Amino acid sequence: MAEQSVWSMVISILLAGILTDNMVLSKFLGICPFLGVSKKLNTAFAMGMAVILVMLLATAVTYPIYVFLLIPFGLEYLQTIAFILVIAALVQMLEIVMKRFMPPLYKALGIYLPLITTNCAVLGITLLHFTNQKIIDFAAASGGYATGKVFVVCMANALGAGAGFLLSMLLFAGVRSRLEKANVPKFLQGLPITLIAASIVALSFLGFAGIA
Amino acid sequence: MNAILIAVAIVGGVGLVGGVLLAVISHFCDTGETNERLAEIRDALPGANCGACGYAGCDSYAEAVENGSAEPNLCAPGGADSAKKLAEILGVEVDLVKKVARVNCNGCTDVAETRYNYTGLPSCKAAAALGGGMKACDFGCLGLGDCVNVCEFGAISVKNGIAVVDETLCGGCGLCAKTCPKQVISIVTAKKAATVPCNNKQKGGQARKVCKAACIGCSACVRACEFGAVKVENFLATIDPEKCTNCGKCVAACPQKIII
Repeated sequence: MAEQSVWSMVISILLAGILTDNMVLSKFLGICPFLGVSKKLNTAFAMGMAVILVMLLATAVTYPIYVFLLIPFGLEYLQTIAFILVIAALVQMLEIVMKRFMPPLYKALGIYLPLITTNCAVLGITLLHFTNQKIIDFAAASGGYATGKVFVVCMANALGAGAGFLLSMLLFAGVRSRLEKANVPKFLQGLPITLIAASIVALSFLGFAGIA
Repeated sequence: MNAILIAVAIVGGVGLVGGVLLAVISHFCDTGETNERLAEIRDALPGANCGACGYAGCDSYAEAVENGSAEPNLCAPGGADSAKKLAEILGVEVDLVKKVARVNCNGCTDVAETRYNYTGLPSCKAAAALGGGMKACDFGCLGLGDCVNVCEFGAISVKNGIAVVDETLCGGCGLCAKTCPKQVISIVTAKKAATVPCNNKQKGGQARKVCKAACIGCSACVRACEFGAVKVENFLATIDPEKCTNCGKCVAACPQKIII
């Protein structure tokens, strides 16, 4: 495989995270906030921003733990437990710090943070850095995971996944606000029609498959 | 054995570091002053989460009261007690009357005519879907107890084919009034006043045909009342509890003997 520059890799990873490997619509992670918080456009936006923030932070913290703590001791199989632990503590800390120092931001995002604590999309992205074939190839070509270049690419991956989550939240909030006004048969009202709409939106994202 | 120890040490260490960091951060970032009042307000509310105040639950109502966007007297189940406590906490005055549900129908099985023999689901909603219910009166209580099921306080029972509200138990939350397919239940101030337990808005003759305990809209009570508390609209008398002095003149004047 030809040597790839960091920036071309970053861009391709970002686009993949947003479109082809969309967290919600292709990998079906983070469905719970996707269905729960997508009723209104502004809450969906706030949730999406909170997820981006937490994904970036979680990657920044779990990546060194995995690379410098788990791999040297051969404990890769403990990554799920270790990451859950770290992410839960991290989100709690973030909440406390935000409450203290950034009250307006806490008002806007704070209520979504506890929801993200155990969000599978956040845990998923931290785990997927190490199973994503593109990143594995890139790491192999540029000297292993413990190099700064790969870390940058993983942060891009987290940003892309978060942005993809935000995009799908916003799209779906739009769909749902239309759905509110639609005349839905009684047996489909509420969650059933929401799930059907979600599957159709996911189907539309299949159109991106094969681009990257 | 060593592998296990290392694993335990590393995961435990990560957890320990996280825990200690959390403790330290929460200690230094503790703002202290917040939420004492909120907790107090929350404690003063009954916790029925009925939503009668218009908020999602007691927690969100407490928040709204705390930041001043809601009046302290909106809690129906808590009534005067909780409003008084909230007002104390907030340091404001509230005026306040207990609200209760009232079933505006007295057409029990002895006096009300039926259209057909209903044998379906024991639910007012189901019965109402069948030609408006089995009662000949289109406005009366069907007595199948949808309101009994929805009541959080166990205040409603069905006696002789009519829902009866125990006003001492009633929290005035209005869930029954929302549930009733006949809209025969109204939320009123719990004041000793004469009431007309009838909901029939038909002309006198028609009303009398379907129920012996119907208000026929004859206005005898209006003439009898010295305080202008009674009025007749749509052939149905209503008594304003604010003006009524419970003198009993309308009770005596009513030819149907239905005012209580």
